Amino acid sequence: MAVESYQDRPTRKIEVDALARVEGEGRFKVVIENDRVVHSEFSIFEPPRYFEALLRGRSFMDAPDITSRICGICPIAYIMGASQAMEAALGVEIPPEIVALRRMLYCGEWIQSHVLHTHMLHAPDFLSLADSIELAKVAPDIVKNGLFAKKTGNRVMEVIGGRSIHPVNTRVGGFYRAPPTEAVHGLIDDLKRSEELCLEALDAFAAFDFPDLEMDYDMVVLHTDDEYAIMHGRLIDAAGMDIAVSEFHDHFAEDHVAHSNALQGGRKPDGSAYLVGPLARVNLNRAQLPDDLQARATAAGLEPMCRNPFKSLLARQVEAAYACREAARLAEAYVHFSPGHVDTPARAGTGDGCTEAPRGVCHHRYTLDDDGRILSATIVPPTSQNQKQIEADLVALVNRNTTLDDDKLQWRCEQAIRNYDPCISCATHFLDLEVERR
Amino acid sequence: MKPKLAVWKFSSCDGCQLTLLDCEDELLAIADAVEIAYFLEATRNRTDGPYDVSLVEGSISTPHEREQIRHVREQSRILVTIGACATAGGIQALRNTRDHGALKSAVYARPDYIDALATATPIAAHVEVDYELRGCPIDKRQLIDTLMALLSGREPRPIHTSQCVECKLAGTACVMVTQGIPCLGPVTSAGCGNLCPSVGRGCYGCFGPSESPNTQALAAEFRELGVEEAVIRDLFAGFTCAAPAFAEEIKRHGG
Repeated sequence: MAVESYQDRPTRKIEVDALARVEGEGRFKVVIENDRVVHSEFSIFEPPRYFEALLRGRSFMDAPDITSRICGICPIAYIMGASQAMEAALGVEIPPEIVALRRMLYCGEWIQSHVLHTHMLHAPDFLSLADSIELAKVAPDIVKNGLFAKKTGNRVMEVIGGRSIHPVNTRVGGFYRAPPTEAVHGLIDDLKRSEELCLEALDAFAAFDFPDLEMDYDMVVLHTDDEYAIMHGRLIDAAGMDIAVSEFHDHFAEDHVAHSNALQGGRKPDGSAYLVGPLARVNLNRAQLPDDLQARATAAGLEPMCRNPFKSLLARQVEAAYACREAARLAEAYVHFSPGHVDTPARAGTGDGCTEAPRGVCHHRYTLDDDGRILSATIVPPTSQNQKQIEADLVALVNRNTTLDDDKLQWRCEQAIRNYDPCISCATHFLDLEVERR
Repeated sequence: MKPKLAVWKFSSCDGCQLTLLDCEDELLAIADAVEIAYFLEATRNRTDGPYDVSLVEGSISTPHEREQIRHVREQSRILVTIGACATAGGIQALRNTRDHGALKSAVYARPDYIDALATATPIAAHVEVDYELRGCPIDKRQLIDTLMALLSGREPRPIHTSQCVECKLAGTACVMVTQGIPCLGPVTSAGCGNLCPSVGRGCYGCFGPSESPNTQALAAEFRELGVEEAVIRDLFAGFTCAAPAFAEEIKRHGG
């Protein structure tokens, strides 16, 4: 970790050349002159892997498995986004039993991804600890309980998906084979226990000292009045936007920012920053959470329309508890069905698929030829969309905390980046960026 | 002194190193048995090398990575590659047979900003590798077995018999014989735990070629089943597409 200190001069530079406890690799740079930020860059040095180009010419059936390799932490987000986009392009309707099993599988991913982040990657920051191994020494129950909940989420993915990282049992049209009733019912007790443990952890996290920061977020989420949206709904914001997922590219674009050499998501037409992810979801979809979980969130300090990014820890933990409860409910209602999928005959078309990945809105669009071969693919992952907002948070944070010494300020900045649980491996669009040194 | 463990990432999805964090029952015991000296996904702490064991995820796809892997090798007593990217190049190695300039232009508005190699290659193409763990992702049990072997001074013994052996051991009916589903199992290394055939799906080869894989005979069998040439090509052009036996077969089908 290269830290350059210029405290004896009016210009200070804080650099972290390899950011820890994020999935993937990133770095950031802040330049302070006379106690004001004059330059900030959050950057990604994930090598490009050209997924969208490599998909061209492949069968529509290949897209879910190939795009799942964009991210090993949230493969279901890619599998489901790609599958739904293909089903839209093919004009295939998915029956309710498949929809329900997919939602349960997706809950498994939310549980394992959220609990991994809250317990093992983010919570140590609030206690000035380097990692969850150190956390396990001072708060062994938190880590052990977190591992239990995380394992339960992984088991949901194994039972339904066949494997927790890059599941094999999913396909366009549904599942290769729906799991046996008793295997799914066998998860119920551990899911209920995991919900209790997640809520205990929520109360423990509530006692953390959350750095003081309020941001004026432009939040964007998938929303439906019927349930807490994960896989279905329309895209909304707090100002009244209400669009179909097929209108995504009319409202959002990935800008090419010359000074940072990076593609970043922004609003059309001005390219302004917006926020996706757990904090945005808990704020805009709060009414779709069960009443008691809304009350637990408020009691933990996550007030309605919370704008403190550090409290994303609490939002993620509320969602982890919700996902445990929802998965248990779906498990209780589950009865094996066969076949596990509907037929998906090839035809030409264009389709959009959009879901709430653990880190936020993840959008796919594909165009197919008559044989169902992919002519074009466009994938917009959540971390690309949050990238501008992360930079804006950092500038605001540093401006408020210029009195901190370099080490503390650097750690605080790292913590602010980890607020986003940035999944930097979803690097379909990220450019390698050289840090400009003055 | 505890042995020093380092975990490194190159071009990849993070899934293989996540497998270590997914060892929920064993994680605290592992953390007790070794010093986690470098593992960016899990800890802010970093200790300088040399390292006793380095786990290396990902393939080499940029000039910077090509330099970095030499540094990792110099600092590591034992280097273990983990996963399809590190052992075979990964799905991104599909680029190796394409025009790199065209790929860059297809994805990026300013391809001139991209500083990447025209190929994504396995770690062993750049430095000596002591052991490898296959899979996309690796198997958790194989990871723990390998770590235990290395920590106790025993030689890890990877098994590269075919996936068919796992089907027989598990009593899984052959999907190709009974249902006519094309399956890479006869030429793919065992190790995943018989995942795809057990849900009625053909193996997609993510553990890479088995010992002495007869891919031509299998491709002929696919043809007998009525599978089109382009589909045969794409079956081999998966997560271990650049493994030599599969790369050769892809070429035979116009890839």
